[in-house]
Amino acid sequence: MSAHASSEAVAAKLSGPLGSGVAARLQRRAASERRWATVTLWIGIGIVATIVFVSLAAPLLGFSEPNKQHLTEALQAPSMQHPFGTDTLGRDILTRVIYGGRIDLTFAFVTTLVPFVLGALLGAVAGYRGGWVDTTVNRLVDIVVAFPFIVLILAIVTIVGPGLTGAYIGVFAVGWALYARLTRGEMLVERQREYIFAAKTLGYSTPRIVFRHALPNVIRAAIVFSMADIVLNILLLSSLSYLGLGAVPPSPEWGALVAEGQQVLLTSWWVATLPGLVIVLVGVGFSLIGDGIADRFGRDFSLTGGG
Amino acid sequence: MSTAAAEDRIEPGTELLKVSGLTVGFPAGAGLLLAADRIDFEVGAGRTVGLVGESGCGKSVTLRSLLGLVPYPGEVLAGQIRWRGEELLGASKRRLAALRGTEISMVFQDPTSCLNPVFSVGDQMTETLRKRAGLGKGEARSRAIELLNRVGVPSPERRLASYPHELSGGMRQRVMIAIAISTRPKLLLADEPTTALDVTTQEQILALLKDFQEENGMAIVLVSHDLGVISETCDEVVVMYAGRMLEAGLDRAVMRHPRHPYTQGLIEAMPSLEVSDEEPPVPIPGQPPNLADLPPGCPFAPRCAHRRDACAEIPVTLDASLLEHGSACPFVEAAA
Amino acid sequence: MTAEPLLSVTGLTKRFADKHSLADRLRRREPAVLTALDGVDISVAPGETLGVVGESGSGKSTLARCIVRLHEPDAGSVIFDGKDMLAANGAELRALCRDLQMVYQDPYSSLNPRLRIGAAVAEPARVHGLIDKGEEEEYAAELLERVGIGREGLRRFPHEFSGGQRQRIAIARSLSVKPKLLIADEAVSALDVSIQAQLLALLEEIRRDLGLTMIFIAHQLAVISRLADRVAIMYLGRVVETGATADVFANPRHPYTKALLEAHPEIDGSRVRKPAVRSDTPTAFSISSGCRFHTRCPLAEEICSRVDPPEVEVASSRGGHRSACHVMTRTAATQPAGFTDEPS
Repeated sequence: MSAHASSEAVAAKLSGPLGSGVAARLQRRAASERRWATVTLWIGIGIVATIVFVSLAAPLLGFSEPNKQHLTEALQAPSMQHPFGTDTLGRDILTRVIYGGRIDLTFAFVTTLVPFVLGALLGAVAGYRGGWVDTTVNRLVDIVVAFPFIVLILAIVTIVGPGLTGAYIGVFAVGWALYARLTRGEMLVERQREYIFAAKTLGYSTPRIVFRHALPNVIRAAIVFSMADIVLNILLLSSLSYLGLGAVPPSPEWGALVAEGQQVLLTSWWVATLPGLVIVLVGVGFSLIGDGIADRFGRDFSLTGGG
Repeated sequence: MSTAAAEDRIEPGTELLKVSGLTVGFPAGAGLLLAADRIDFEVGAGRTVGLVGESGCGKSVTLRSLLGLVPYPGEVLAGQIRWRGEELLGASKRRLAALRGTEISMVFQDPTSCLNPVFSVGDQMTETLRKRAGLGKGEARSRAIELLNRVGVPSPERRLASYPHELSGGMRQRVMIAIAISTRPKLLLADEPTTALDVTTQEQILALLKDFQEENGMAIVLVSHDLGVISETCDEVVVMYAGRMLEAGLDRAVMRHPRHPYTQGLIEAMPSLEVSDEEPPVPIPGQPPNLADLPPGCPFAPRCAHRRDACAEIPVTLDASLLEHGSACPFVEAAA
Repeated sequence: MTAEPLLSVTGLTKRFADKHSLADRLRRREPAVLTALDGVDISVAPGETLGVVGESGSGKSTLARCIVRLHEPDAGSVIFDGKDMLAANGAELRALCRDLQMVYQDPYSSLNPRLRIGAAVAEPARVHGLIDKGEEEEYAAELLERVGIGREGLRRFPHEFSGGQRQRIAIARSLSVKPKLLIADEAVSALDVSIQAQLLALLEEIRRDLGLTMIFIAHQLAVISRLADRVAIMYLGRVVETGATADVFANPRHPYTKALLEAHPEIDGSRVRKPAVRSDTPTAFSISSGCRFHTRCPLAEEICSRVDPPEVEVASSRGGHRSACHVMTRTAATQPAGFTDEPS
């Protein structure tokens, strides 16, 4: 039976002013840090999962017809029947928020996933190959990042017309650039690592080296960023809709909901505030997930006390 | 801000540093691992004490704890570190900061990570001189040039403008040593200072350190995994394994007549310049120990050719002080 | 009796250009060029182990990388197993890689951290068509057993192993394609002494059992003293001395070799400390005229600063002992005083 150093055993051996108290405190601190990191990760997952589930399963849960107006029930404060109250046209806000979730979450996922994949692949290849491929991609990234995004969106919306399509196109055109830059940077470092050299001397083909060996190791930064990106994209859509450039009424997109409640903010605070809080909540959820992932990956390296 | 504090020469051999029962712990899974476990040694003025062992033995952690530099999440759990009579463990951060770089300096293994890449060599050297020794700008510059000359850096005036990445490993190490000794410290802590260097450069750096020691009565604590380096430079040696001291004593005694099976094993495993097949290096079987899961008693027992049941019950302490020749193994006699 | 060498490198040259800053361009200054390899010749006979020893800047790692085409040499030729390595490309080159494998120095980065070691070890054999999908596990298990890791390790990740164990895994991976020649690029330099001894013993065993030809690159002579049949000493991009290990150690014919032998610290204090060379190795950016070692050489004469010494055969018991030094390749009768030979 090994004399595994439990705090009691250590305390028994130690003497002096610093002693068993420190040992126990050390262990508690490390344990609680680990616990806290896991807890926050699960809170984040919980928030996001709940909202996704509720949005998808809305009809089954009894929520329907978000756009149905009941003018006689306009501007009612939150109550048992209408947990989020009603708006100026008597529509139940909670139902609208739930259906709006479908729009926002779909937008967030798609506008994050597609640029992520495209950008990461492009960045990985550019970083690995170097040469003119790298230079071209870099210049492209520089141009895209430098271009004022609002101007681009306005231009697109003018051409394409109001609605979500313009927002989708705009983000696709621009969103990939940061992922490309991130992945390229990681790849520049990674390609000098010895296991990549080893892969070359082992006679692996370049696609195999880049995609099977290097990519999984360079993607981490991009994944962590994607969590922040989801939040940013939700905010983007909400802001665009708020400005009238995104979702078209009567679409219950969250930003639009906030815009609708603006006029009655002082008298009927719930119309704008509650949808706004939902946006915040979702943002917090994704951020917690992002932090949790970053933490987890950071702990892949073992923690011995050094020579 | 004390200037060249060591103008007062200390009698060679006077005890400067006394470490007793030093224990450093790190959290590991559900428990605790002791990276250093009840380490004792003394360092006298003008003497060199070597901490030798392989990776994971705790020698670096021990060294760093002397200046309060234990890496997170480790902590010093017990023990005493007396510097010229003053207790350092639990001393204020200000006191430690005042000591570092003036009376006690440190040189690290990897000069690349210790020299700031965005500042020139000259900037980094003069910063120390101006902050710590209170020299003016011009004075600091000429002293820096003098120091670079002293450590053997050619064309020192031009080197001042160089950046660390423009210098070779040997040069960077010399610069680091120059910075470390610029305030004429009484104690130099050297953590594998020559491990990253060529054998020929290593020789010169070690000779350099020896020279400084003789000139200034500086004490040195040298950490290395290279028995040859330790043997040639140190007066006293401490052999560490799994955070414990297994053997300690005067260099000559320990190296020529090692008493602990681990020390004997290390010496036998060293590659030599012998080409013939007699006495090839004998590897020590097994793997370095997992500090979080040590067996009771002697940590070396699983790999020891002399192990017996009693090994699980012996206390792992030396039977003599550093200035004699102590071994933690009561069963094995000294090699002839 | 000279067998056809398995690997023959002639006149290999590799230069790296330093960055060409705007300031340099404005001043019309050419970027500094680092000559990592300057006409290197080595050869390895089948079944032989060649030790290549040199310090930083000697070019030994660049040499290894040029041989396996990780770098493209600027000049020279590399003939491996009768085939021209430098002319091969694409699929042809990858096929040649099967017979020529390399073990790298850093055990902490030479294995893909995300790949289980069983997969990492079996992958090369799969890629080169040596085994089928179903045979992977058994194949990897056997390889791991041979290097002393054991089949329990199959599903584990590199970070669960120590440095020495990771090197064993790296060796297993390179043996996976049944190579003819194995290059160990400072494969034990990052390991503790006791583990080094284990790895060297392992390599010795593998060499015997598989009849491998090896090139062992190290920065210390002591490491290769037993393993290498022949040794080549490199300095600043050139081979300065080469010969049978026993001959070179007993009778070094180049001041740098002597310096290396003498700089090796001894445990029992038996070494008489005299600094064998002055100053540090200069970088290979601007190699002065004449012998590249003359600025640090205790034996330097006037000719050494003017003329690059040619490689000359010197007397030896096993033959093939060559050195590039004006002074030490003269006959023993004209040895300068004050530079006593080591007792052999």
